[in-house]
Amino acid sequence: MAKTIAFVLLRLIATLFAVTFLTFLMVAMLPGDPVDTILGTGPRAPGIEEQIRADLNLDDPFFVRYVAWLGDAVTGDLGTSYITDQPVSDTISQRLPITAQLAIMSIVISVLIAIPVGVLGAYKQGKWPDTVTSTGVQVALSIPNFIFGIFLIWLFAVQLQWLPASNWNRFSNGIVDNMKTAILPTVSLALAQMALFSRLVRSDMMATLRENYILSARAKGMSDRYILFRHALRPSSLSLMTIVGIAFGALLGGTVIIEQLFGLPGLGFSLIAAINSRDILVIQGITVFIAAMFVIINTIVDLLYAVLDPRIRRK
Amino acid sequence: MATTETNVGATAATIPTGQATTRPVDEFVVPQGVKQKRKTPWGVFREMPLLVKLGTLWLLIVLFAAIYAQLDARVFNGSLPLADPNLQLNGFNAATGEFGDRESLEQPSWAHPLGTDRLARDTFSRTMHGAYVSVTVAIVSVVCGVVVGGLLGALVGYVRGKTETVLMAMIDVLLAFPALVLLLALISIFEVRDLFVISFVIGLLSIPAYTRVARANSLAISNREFVLAAQAIGTKRWTILRREIIPNVLPTLLAYAMVAAAAVIVVEGSLSFLGLSVQLPTSSWGNMINQARGDIKVNFGQILYPSLALTMTVLALNQVGDFFQRRSAFRGSSL
Repeated sequence: MAKTIAFVLLRLIATLFAVTFLTFLMVAMLPGDPVDTILGTGPRAPGIEEQIRADLNLDDPFFVRYVAWLGDAVTGDLGTSYITDQPVSDTISQRLPITAQLAIMSIVISVLIAIPVGVLGAYKQGKWPDTVTSTGVQVALSIPNFIFGIFLIWLFAVQLQWLPASNWNRFSNGIVDNMKTAILPTVSLALAQMALFSRLVRSDMMATLRENYILSARAKGMSDRYILFRHALRPSSLSLMTIVGIAFGALLGGTVIIEQLFGLPGLGFSLIAAINSRDILVIQGITVFIAAMFVIINTIVDLLYAVLDPRIRRK
Repeated sequence: MATTETNVGATAATIPTGQATTRPVDEFVVPQGVKQKRKTPWGVFREMPLLVKLGTLWLLIVLFAAIYAQLDARVFNGSLPLADPNLQLNGFNAATGEFGDRESLEQPSWAHPLGTDRLARDTFSRTMHGAYVSVTVAIVSVVCGVVVGGLLGALVGYVRGKTETVLMAMIDVLLAFPALVLLLALISIFEVRDLFVISFVIGLLSIPAYTRVARANSLAISNREFVLAAQAIGTKRWTILRREIIPNVLPTLLAYAMVAAAAVIVVEGSLSFLGLSVQLPTSSWGNMINQARGDIKVNFGQILYPSLALTMTVLALNQVGDFFQRRSAFRGSSL
């Protein structure tokens, strides 16, 4: 067990190094003078060039700069935007709750729908409920989330006028108002996740239902529902957990488009705003943050998996 | 290859049947002396389920549209002023300086099968040009993935040893990146707007996944009888890799490539939608959807057609990819 943890942590550190290094390298490789890139062609305040040079240690060699930047980044200092004059870490901490809420809600919704759908498919294997759900899952997997989002806007905001097409009400403004603005983006994100999860549950369950202990439970006269949800679902929950973890990490990045579509001021929204104003430090900061979160969440999933399933521990 | 297969079949056939097994062994055995027929493309098409057949047809249509969009100058060629009066802004004719009589946001008609967009451009030809963008991205990334990723994976899966450990550790690190965010950062920082450069970057980022798939298959094939037989008669490792491993890794890898191409098309669509892919006025499905977004109350069709084209292409690639995946898996188990 200790060996597994050591291995996973070692890989985490290596990956984090790679992630930060590549992000830093990307910015460092920019053609031309970084000062020009950061300031653009607009009018400049006197002395700002020297300030940027000093802030970013531009006169030092590449590796010295990387180590200095990494040291700052580890303590939460990702620099200050030269365009909005706001520390990058402040931007992240203000925007993260919105993105996190979207990601968590869509994961919860998709798991809640995916489990019964997947179980039904495995239970009625080859019969019409399975055919219908499997086909639905295949189609759902193929609809890009932004297209589904636009369709939802058209249906619920334009045609039915039940929900707003954009804008965001903070959680502190009341839960009902918050949900009104959160539900459409959440559902658009959840569709593909749900399809992915239910396909996994179905194929896992199909394998489990062939096991001998299911046969013996059936022989003992237990009800089908009890067998399905108590006996058969439990071993499948492990792989479901893994994929949920990975999906959560991916969602942090995947919300970029949905936030843009619904005009939600989350992490992805600021990333696109920074891209449009060429705010290099913010792009760098948010990229490194999302990538690091992604890597850390995957590591946690790996560790949990090793804790729960003794078979995959390293010898 | 074929002779090795039948030999394996022969040994399997000599296993005594009867008491233990209820199913006839013949079911799992390739009949001796009968070469398995290689199916013609038409034969493969005929054994497809209906949905997969429709998917294949749709993919052929998309491919045709993509090629046609490049051949016919009347289809929007990506640069203003345009060669085709049908495609200019409201039919503006550069030679005479006159505007055409087309309205913006027209409903579908014979002249404009999918109507016109806000700038009175023909949506049908813009959708066709969108197919060209998606097909290019898909093909470039598949070529990158299959050639580089496939070769690397097949190689380390067969050779094993330290090379494998190091390479797979690197691949794991690369796979740990959230690809879309990395792509966004890359493209935005370097201000890449060229279709081929974008395709190439996307292709580069999809190599790790191909390597994984190729390695897993190469590992499985390396232990099969025909590889052992080739080793036993002293075939060179490089020859084994070329003649035994790669041809057997390829079918599964290509099936994976179709599914991966679907994902890549969505990624390009997302980038286009965010305005970070090919530059306007070049049309791609993603940027058409984004541009039509403002007219959602007036003419939903302008959003619907490129959306349908994108979704159907992704669905078709997934279906056809899954079909070939199942098919190659069946082949593997029947030997």
